[in-house]
This record gives sequence, structure tokens and C-alpha cells, in this order.
Amino acid sequence: MTKSSQSNGKRTATARRSSGDKPVSVMDAKGKSGRSNDPGLDKDELLLLYRVMVMTRMMEERALNLQRQSRIGFYVPCTGQEASHVGTAFALRDSDWVFPAYRQPGIMLLRGAPTQQIVDEWYGNEGDLCKGRQMPVHNSFRAINFVSISSPIATQLTQATGAGIAAKYRGEDTVVMTYMGDGGTSENDFHAGLNFAGVFNAPVVFVCENNHWAISVPLERQTASETIAIKAEAYGMPGVRVDGNDVLAVYQVAKEAVQRARQGKGPTLIETVTYRVGPHSSSDDPTRYREDSEVEAWRKRDPIERFKAYLKTKRIWTQDLEDEMRAEIKTEINDAVKQAETKANPSPASMFDDVYRDMTSQLAEQRDELLSSGQLGPDEEGAFPL
Amino acid sequence: MAVMTLLDAVNDGLKTEMAHDDRVVVFGEDVGKNGGVFRATAGLQDEFGEARCFDTPLSECGIIGTAIGMALYGLRPVPEIQFLDFIYPAFDQIVSEAAKMRYRSGGEYTCPMVIRSPYGGGIRGGHYHSQSSEAYFCHTPGLKVVIPSTPADAKGLLTSAIRDEDPVMFLEPKKIYRTMKAEVPAGEHVVPLSKGRIVREGSDCTVVAWGAMVEVCEKAANELANRGKSIEIVDPRTLVPLDENIILESVKKTGRLCTVYEAPKTGGFGSEIIAIVAAKAIEYLEGPITRVTGFDTPFPYTLEGIYMPTVQRVVKGVEKTFSW
Repeated sequence: MTKSSQSNGKRTATARRSSGDKPVSVMDAKGKSGRSNDPGLDKDELLLLYRVMVMTRMMEERALNLQRQSRIGFYVPCTGQEASHVGTAFALRDSDWVFPAYRQPGIMLLRGAPTQQIVDEWYGNEGDLCKGRQMPVHNSFRAINFVSISSPIATQLTQATGAGIAAKYRGEDTVVMTYMGDGGTSENDFHAGLNFAGVFNAPVVFVCENNHWAISVPLERQTASETIAIKAEAYGMPGVRVDGNDVLAVYQVAKEAVQRARQGKGPTLIETVTYRVGPHSSSDDPTRYREDSEVEAWRKRDPIERFKAYLKTKRIWTQDLEDEMRAEIKTEINDAVKQAETKANPSPASMFDDVYRDMTSQLAEQRDELLSSGQLGPDEEGAFPL
Repeated sequence: MAVMTLLDAVNDGLKTEMAHDDRVVVFGEDVGKNGGVFRATAGLQDEFGEARCFDTPLSECGIIGTAIGMALYGLRPVPEIQFLDFIYPAFDQIVSEAAKMRYRSGGEYTCPMVIRSPYGGGIRGGHYHSQSSEAYFCHTPGLKVVIPSTPADAKGLLTSAIRDEDPVMFLEPKKIYRTMKAEVPAGEHVVPLSKGRIVREGSDCTVVAWGAMVEVCEKAANELANRGKSIEIVDPRTLVPLDENIILESVKKTGRLCTVYEAPKTGGFGSEIIAIVAAKAIEYLEGPITRVTGFDTPFPYTLEGIYMPTVQRVVKGVEKTFSW
């Protein structure tokens, strides 16, 4: 029995307290920032961050609701991690690239992806940019340099390094930011991606959102290292550990890392210390393996509430502002869902496009065979069981 | 025109295309300073500089993953995997990522890259320097698989592969790297993908083979000619997407089919060719279809010479197509 499992067989992931520096933070638990490391964002910037985090939360609530009604098939919530990915991505320019994992939906909103297209992808309908090819949340947005999401863990890390090397080759000052979870640090691509980035001095910021759980497997089963940030040393780059629920702290830390990369000083590994308050996905039930008390403790450290408290101290937040913003967002999401549900499936013929740039004779033949067979509906609809 | 080995033709192809397109970058283990363990990339670092031809850490997963990132960003990477036997750590990146990138992004992200790798037996390499594992890649939608059998085709197909907009596995038959010498056009030389080649015209039986097996089949055809049988040899050159027509037209003419591949028998790509012919031209057949293949064992060291299809085995395989 490991030290992280209780007598009821359920586990905690945060039982172990690591030694070493406390994670960097700007705001205290109540949102007060007396620290000299406040990044000094202006009112518009602060409100943008707040709006994106709130919209991320509201979209997720709606999506989970739709999934429970079987109106969409699947969703991956990021409850509790809104600051961690939105705050880091806020340090980027539009021309910088993002190689996400699959739990960073706020970055799409931050960089201006159309809500309709995000929602169409949940439905995999004919409006979906990805033409209904992937499960929900596997978005792709070339126009905002948000790279296509896939399910295999950590494959984006080596690719991010490659893009960074390419940018250097081109003489461009593009910075690449890429994301993974604590689980991702165990994969081969974590080692290869950081190793290559270190060797080639690639302009990459690696953001590990340590949310302490990889589905049901807790952090201590991913690594024997004291922290994740410490792994940076093995690859010859700085490692920074930051309070992942402090949006200003993650922004500040990311800003420094992005600047380093842009100045040709190479990659950084950022570990955001956060928590996956929700399930791994709509198919997961964490009550089977996780202590409720741990979840509740982290729910009290909600990054949106904390930032709201900060905005109150700055006299930026008002109830009217909150109500108006939420009403706008609700309408936007509702409209997108309504629109999405009027759209048809992609055509059967479209299944055969984009395998290669050019249609092959084999694919054309298979397509024609399907279209002329009259069998254009499935025998039965599957449902993702996990 | 110059007479050169298949290996030198690969080198010439890389050099020519790197001069033509500065998006092309070459990298992998030992390919920079050392010019590659087979010397396929010799001279490239000197001519084009270290930013364009460089050594990487020892990680196939890293090599291919970074190549994908470069391709997404707009370069034309041509990474080398030192032996095809070592590609498996990169298999996830190839199959899960490179092959699916265009499809899964609705065409917005694409992955134009060429993975070069020496494949096949015949150099006393044993289990881990001899595999002919093209079938795994042929079975992956979104990849192209190209295998030259002559120096001119090596250069020309490599050029086309580099210019292709999709990920290409470019498998080089290492057995004939230095033994296959022939004329290669100088300068730009393009051989289109998905177009096969009639190696030898004949009327009595169609033999389909690629890579190092083409030469074996030519020898077998000579022997069979002495016995009054006229063999037509078809080299598909691109396995996927396949030039079916050239094979079907040949079988319609000869009425017989034998596929030859050095890979393990079960699930080998020659089986796919047989399935296509059975579906589309079975009424033309005048005898049973046969295949001459490696065996369903790991590739042996000492007994390599009897594992790989020999001239005699090909002759026997072809002769079987003449009687029910």
C-alpha cells in the first residue's frame, strides 16, 4: 500500500510535500497582490484574461451538459486549470505557435478562434473545420497557429521542438509554447522533446500543467522526482515551478520564459502546480479512485474566484460587469449550439478527402463503391465507453 | 549522365534538391560530420552548412517528431533513420501524427517530409539490420511508400518524394547500395510517384518485385528464357499509392502472376497485389498465383542466403504458375 492510498483504497496525489522552493506566486490565496512581481497588466488586459477564463468555464459546463444529454459524444473539462493555460498563453504574440495537449481550450478563445467553429467540432458536423474526423475537443486552427490536437500523449513536445528549430533556421523570432500534463512527462516524447530542445537551443517554452492526476494515476506514480520542474536540469534548461492557480504568476513566469526564447537564450520548462478538479473526461468517474476531501480542498483554491478577488482589490470588478459578461457569453454559446444542431453530418464522400493532397485511384474507387452501395447509414451508433 | 551506384545516386539526389530548394534540411544520427554510416549524406554538411545537414541525439522518436514540427512550420525535412530496423521508437509519430495530420486538421496542417531509411537483407546484418518492414507503412493511410531498384530511380523518386506534399517513407535497398551501378541523369531528374516500371517485357508470366528483389527476378527471367518461358517483370516503385494499372495490364497480357518479396510471407505487400489482381483480373489467369517470399521467422544471420528469395526459388515460383 503506497503512502498515498487511504484505508478505503482511494488515493490522494498531493500527500507528498516536496522540499525546495515554494512555487512562484503573485496573488495570495485571497487574491491580494502585495508582491513586487505583479506583472502590472492594464485594465483591458486583466478583463480579457478574466473573460477568457470565465468563458472557458461556462463553455465546459455547457459541453458537459450536452454530453450528459447525448447531444455530443464526449468532452474533456479543465475545471480548476483555467489560469494555468490561459495565463501562460497570454505571454505569446499572435505569430507565436502553440502545440497544445487536449486540455487547453481557453487558449483557442484567447487567440480568437470563432466560438461557432469550436462548437461545430464538438458535433463533428459539416461546419467543423476538421470535417468530423476526430472526437470532440481535438480542435485545429491554422489561422491562429494553434496546432491540431491528437490523443496520443506528449507527441506534441518533439514537434514543438522541431517547429522551434525551423523558426531559428528561418531566422524568425517565433516562440513555440507547448503543453503537457504530469502524465505526459513519463512519455518518450517528453525526454526526446526536451533533450532536442536543449541540444539545439530551440525557442520553446514547455508548460507542464501538473494537475496531479493522469486519469486515475496519481503524481507519485508518474515520477520519483521531487518536482517536475527539477527535470529541466537534466536537459540543460531552466525549470520554474509556479502556482498554477495564480493567473498573474503563470503569466509572469511565462513572459520571462518567452522573452528568453525570443532572445535566443533557449528553452524553459515551466511546471504549473494546479489540480484537476473535474474528471479526466466525460467518461471518467473520479469518485472511484480519488478522495473527495482532496478535491474539495482544491475547489476552494479556484483560480477564477481568486482572480475575481484580485480584480475587486483593484476596483475593476463589479457585479454589473460580471452579470453583463456572463449574459453575453451565455448568448454566444447558446447561439453556437443552436446553429451547430442545425447542421448536417459531413458527406460520406468527404470521408475520402485529405488523406493525401491528391485523391488516389484506390480512394476514388472505395468512395464510389460506398456511394453506390446504398449503405450510407451505420448499422448502429457507437458510444465511447471510457 | 554519369554511371554511379544507387548510394551515390541518393547522395546526388539530395545534393541537387537541396541546391534547388532551401526548405530542404537533412538530419539524423551520424549524417552530418560523418556523412552517414553508409555515406549517403557525404559532403552535404560541407556544401550546405550545419544548419541544413546536421547530427541529432540518438533518438528516432526525437528525429521524426522534430521533423514533423519542421514540416508543419514550412520546411521540407528529410530525416534519416539509420536502419529501418530502428524506426520503431518513431512509429507513433509516423502513424499517429505524420500520417494523420492533413486528414485530422481538415487539410489545414500538412506534413511534407521524407523519411529515408536503408532496408532489407543481404549484408550479414541479422535481425536488426535486415528487416523489410514496408508492410507496416503500406497499411497506414496517409503515408506514401517508395522503393527504388535502380540508381536513376533512386535519384528521380527521391526528388519526387521531397517535392510531394505528403509524408513519404523512402526505403533504400541496402543490399544493392554499392553493387547496383548504372547511368543517372545529371542535374534535375524527376521520376513520378505512383508510376511503375516495366523492367523487362515478356508474354508468359508477370513477376512483380521491388528493391533488391528486382535483380534476382531478372536473373531468374534469364534462366526461364532458356527454358522457353518469357517473363515480364514489373517494378511498382511506389507501393502506396500503387500503380495498379501497370500490373493489371501486364497480367491481362501474360495470364500469370508471381509476386516476389523478401519480407516475411504473412501480410507481406505482395499479398495485397495478389488480392488486387484476384479482384480485378482473375478471369485472365491461366494458372495459379504464387508468391516467393521471406519466411515467417525473424531474419537470420548465418542462414540469410537461404532466407531471402534466391534465383532458384523465383524460378520454381514462376514455374508453378504454369500448371494447375
